[in-house]
Amino acid sequence: MLMAQHRSFQFSRSEMSLKEKLWHVSWSFVLLIAIVCSIGFMTLYSAANGHMDPWAARQMMHFTAGIAVMLAVAVVDIRSWMRWSYVLYGIALVLLVAVQIKGSVLKGGQRWIDFGFIQLQPSEIMKMTLVLALARYFHGASYQEVGRPLFLLPPVLMILLPVGLVLKQPDLGTAMMLAFSAAALLFLAGVRIWKFAIVIAAAGAAAPVAWKFMRDYQKNRILTFLNPESDPLGTGYHIFQSKIALGSGGVFGKGFMQGTQSHLNFLPEKQTDFIFTMFAEEWGMVGGVVLLALYTLILVYGYALSMKSRNHFGRLVGLGLTTTFFLYVFINIAMVMGLVPVVGVPLPLISYGGTAMLTLLFGFGLIMSVYIHRDVHIGRRGASDDV
Amino acid sequence: MKISMIQDTDRSKVIGRRALLLGGGKAVLLSALAARMYYLQVNQADKYTTLADENRINLRLIAPPRGRILDRNGVPMAVNQENYRVLVVSEETDDLDDTLDALGNIIPISDRDRTRIAREAKHRRSFLPVTVKENLSWEDVSRIEINSPDLPGVMIDVGQSRSYPLVGLGAHLLGYVSAVSEQELQQQASPDPLLELPGFRIGKAGLERVYDLALRGKGGTSQVEVNSVGRTIRELKRDDGEPGVDLNLTIDIELQRFAAQRLGDESAAVVVMDIHTGEVLVMASTPSFDPNAFNRGLTGEEWKDLTTNPRSPLTNKAIAGQYAPGSTFKTMVSLAALESGIITKDHTVVCGGRMYLGNQTRYCDKVHGALDMKQAIAQSCDIYYYDVARRVGIDTIATMAKRFGLGSRLDIDLPNEAPGLVPSRSWKRATYGVPWTPGEDLNAGIGQGYLLVTPLQLATQAARIANGGFAVQPHLARDKITGHSTEARDFSQFPSLGIAQSSLETVVEGMTMAAGPGGTVYLNRILDPAMAMAGKTGTAQVHHLAVSEHRLEGFRKIESLPWKMRDNALFIGFAPVGAPRFSISVIVEHGGFGGQAAVPIARDIMIEVQKRYPPKTAQQQSEPCCGNGHAHDHDHDHG
Repeated sequence: MLMAQHRSFQFSRSEMSLKEKLWHVSWSFVLLIAIVCSIGFMTLYSAANGHMDPWAARQMMHFTAGIAVMLAVAVVDIRSWMRWSYVLYGIALVLLVAVQIKGSVLKGGQRWIDFGFIQLQPSEIMKMTLVLALARYFHGASYQEVGRPLFLLPPVLMILLPVGLVLKQPDLGTAMMLAFSAAALLFLAGVRIWKFAIVIAAAGAAAPVAWKFMRDYQKNRILTFLNPESDPLGTGYHIFQSKIALGSGGVFGKGFMQGTQSHLNFLPEKQTDFIFTMFAEEWGMVGGVVLLALYTLILVYGYALSMKSRNHFGRLVGLGLTTTFFLYVFINIAMVMGLVPVVGVPLPLISYGGTAMLTLLFGFGLIMSVYIHRDVHIGRRGASDDV
Repeated sequence: MKISMIQDTDRSKVIGRRALLLGGGKAVLLSALAARMYYLQVNQADKYTTLADENRINLRLIAPPRGRILDRNGVPMAVNQENYRVLVVSEETDDLDDTLDALGNIIPISDRDRTRIAREAKHRRSFLPVTVKENLSWEDVSRIEINSPDLPGVMIDVGQSRSYPLVGLGAHLLGYVSAVSEQELQQQASPDPLLELPGFRIGKAGLERVYDLALRGKGGTSQVEVNSVGRTIRELKRDDGEPGVDLNLTIDIELQRFAAQRLGDESAAVVVMDIHTGEVLVMASTPSFDPNAFNRGLTGEEWKDLTTNPRSPLTNKAIAGQYAPGSTFKTMVSLAALESGIITKDHTVVCGGRMYLGNQTRYCDKVHGALDMKQAIAQSCDIYYYDVARRVGIDTIATMAKRFGLGSRLDIDLPNEAPGLVPSRSWKRATYGVPWTPGEDLNAGIGQGYLLVTPLQLATQAARIANGGFAVQPHLARDKITGHSTEARDFSQFPSLGIAQSSLETVVEGMTMAAGPGGTVYLNRILDPAMAMAGKTGTAQVHHLAVSEHRLEGFRKIESLPWKMRDNALFIGFAPVGAPRFSISVIVEHGGFGGQAAVPIARDIMIEVQKRYPPKTAQQQSEPCCGNGHAHDHDHDHG
């Protein structure tokens, strides 16, 4: 009886009911995400010196809304996502241009667009839609086609346009994330490895030129990164204080709500970019490693769920978004530990902020959709019954 | 369909391989994060823990209250005065200007202060207090306290400042305190962190300087946790340190006051000490100064007045003034002669008023006739001592003088003690490159020439004669204090000088006879036999005149000479005769004859000393007291 039921699902997956789709959601994955987010609530509670306001309570609301968005995204048919991917990409691109024109100035960069009821960061939307669009482009491509340089021209343009716009905002962190996750997608799609080598070499040669176009604060961040302790009261202050907080936390940490660096405000941005530092100051290396392990588990889940997909588009979307998530984790933690320059990437699911939370859960929703619709066969042009 | 299936398998292989590669790369990067975490949180944990503590913990020094200085009876000579200040914390005010306006209605605040407060409040962090006004009266303080509900952010703070309630009395002993100079900080290898406290004051002169460490005490610390902008969150640990210890002196402030008043306007010094213990009861030097002025800061004019005054008020003449001892030195010449066995106490010289040495003629101030040693001391005959000095020679005299404390510092607990000078043949050769002359032996015989002594040395010399030849050491602090530690003094430790008692008795008797008829002290002696004072006068030339000239000068009225050229008047003595307890030395700069200028001062002070400290056993002998009559006798001393 059970077997028969299972078989029937397999055959009718493309035409599953909403209830069936919800049944197929990987609830253990959702639980894992909820655990990491709870660590975030706890840390935000501590960051506010033991108060739900102003961060923890609102972050819970972000999370609740995000989970709803995630489930909504998950149940939408993967073919629909594929069909709409270029359109979504186009919308994101238009919004990026719109912030250039009519964006409110915040933190020295134009990043937000205000719709009245919601503030949007088009660059966050672009993180998702770029992966979708590229996955769609490569979905129909054979290994031979991918080998042709001319075939690679449209996707490269698709990458460079948003990266350039985000850099102009200027938001180095997001631009890096867009570029890296797009590169990872190209890599997965089978673009020859020597081509990456050429691009890396070219980027190295172009670095001095890029330096000329950088804003002073960006230059400072890179200089500070190279030698943070040279100027502990100036631009190196953030990184230096972050390392002090981490190091003084030791193996077992100073205890919940006991972090001196964070509670006495030596640590900057403790509720956003430097939240990992605060967490590791209070919970020590043990806490840090546990959190890292949880993130690794999420990545493993992302891989596992994506690779279950029988269609190329799904696998590319799943793996691409998992890579985006990895980049969040790596860049943020490496940044607070002084391994990469401070670029302003939040710690996923933990840093305070609604947009990042929504984007991430939207992404997990897509991975979930890939998994739920793993048996859907998609033809080269996107139809389910392609020849 | 088939082609697409093959393609799909192909691509599956590629994406699987690449996904594995990508996943591997991610694993490596995540491991790098874990490794970095290990490096920061395990390897470097100690370094960063220290840095975190440095960030959050501020060590604040607590200045200990400075020890008081008390006289031997507990009368305070140096105290700490509470200094009330009014402060304002701009952060706690609704509006700084409004608060200052309200405060200005209670205590006047000048426009200049207003500007300064506004400037300081702007530059400092808003939670740090700014001083509005210092040295408030108690009345002002109470008025501010009453109005405190209307004065948000205003607070009263109590500081301490050094004060010398006796003003000029004992100023030379006390010294003064003042702010630490940059130089003083650099001199010490590891300076007491207290010295770097703003407004901290240390002893710069006198006892304040000698016993600075003990008086200062040990600084306490308060560990406070601060946040990133320096606001204090809480106190973590507090160590109150050790307050400075009270310094008990051997000085009797009532006697000191009496002595200072008795010296009056003279440029003079007096030292009274206990001949057995070395306790200095009086050490006065006139004129004096007000040490409080140093604490609040001297004006240029005040400083100029103090430093250019010919009577040098800043110098403690009792230890830093160096004078020719004059005839007081005859006690040393006598002891040198007796101890060396060159003459006996019965050695007699006939004074004919003059004496010839080579082609020089030396005079005595009168014709004394035949004298033995005691009579020569009592009447201060120069001819007798020319004869003795010629026989004994400078080196024997110098050795004896040094045993009695002349010619080197006595290491009393005061800075700037002068060593004096006792010449010898080798000293002269080393200093001037020429040999000692017989004429210089004669000069030394009457305490002139190169000889220099301080009043403290004279009082010590008198004490050592009177106490049976023990090397008593003078001191001002009751207890022996080294650094921060205090222990009781042991007075049984003074070694014997090894002088034959018979020799000492001869000199003591000679000094006692000086207060008898015909003696140099007779006119101004203490009449109460229970307080009787033995002594030796001295009159020392300051202006070097040719001997013949000096002889002529001797007959001129001293008033006709300019002050600076008049002789110094000296006296050493002890009392009571028979069972001496106190020695005294007096010097009156340019006072003229010792018998006239110095002895009356010594007499009055020694009466006062003995009145305040009567002997413990009741006096057996009792003679009707006749007061201190001044007989008009033309007996005066010239040494």
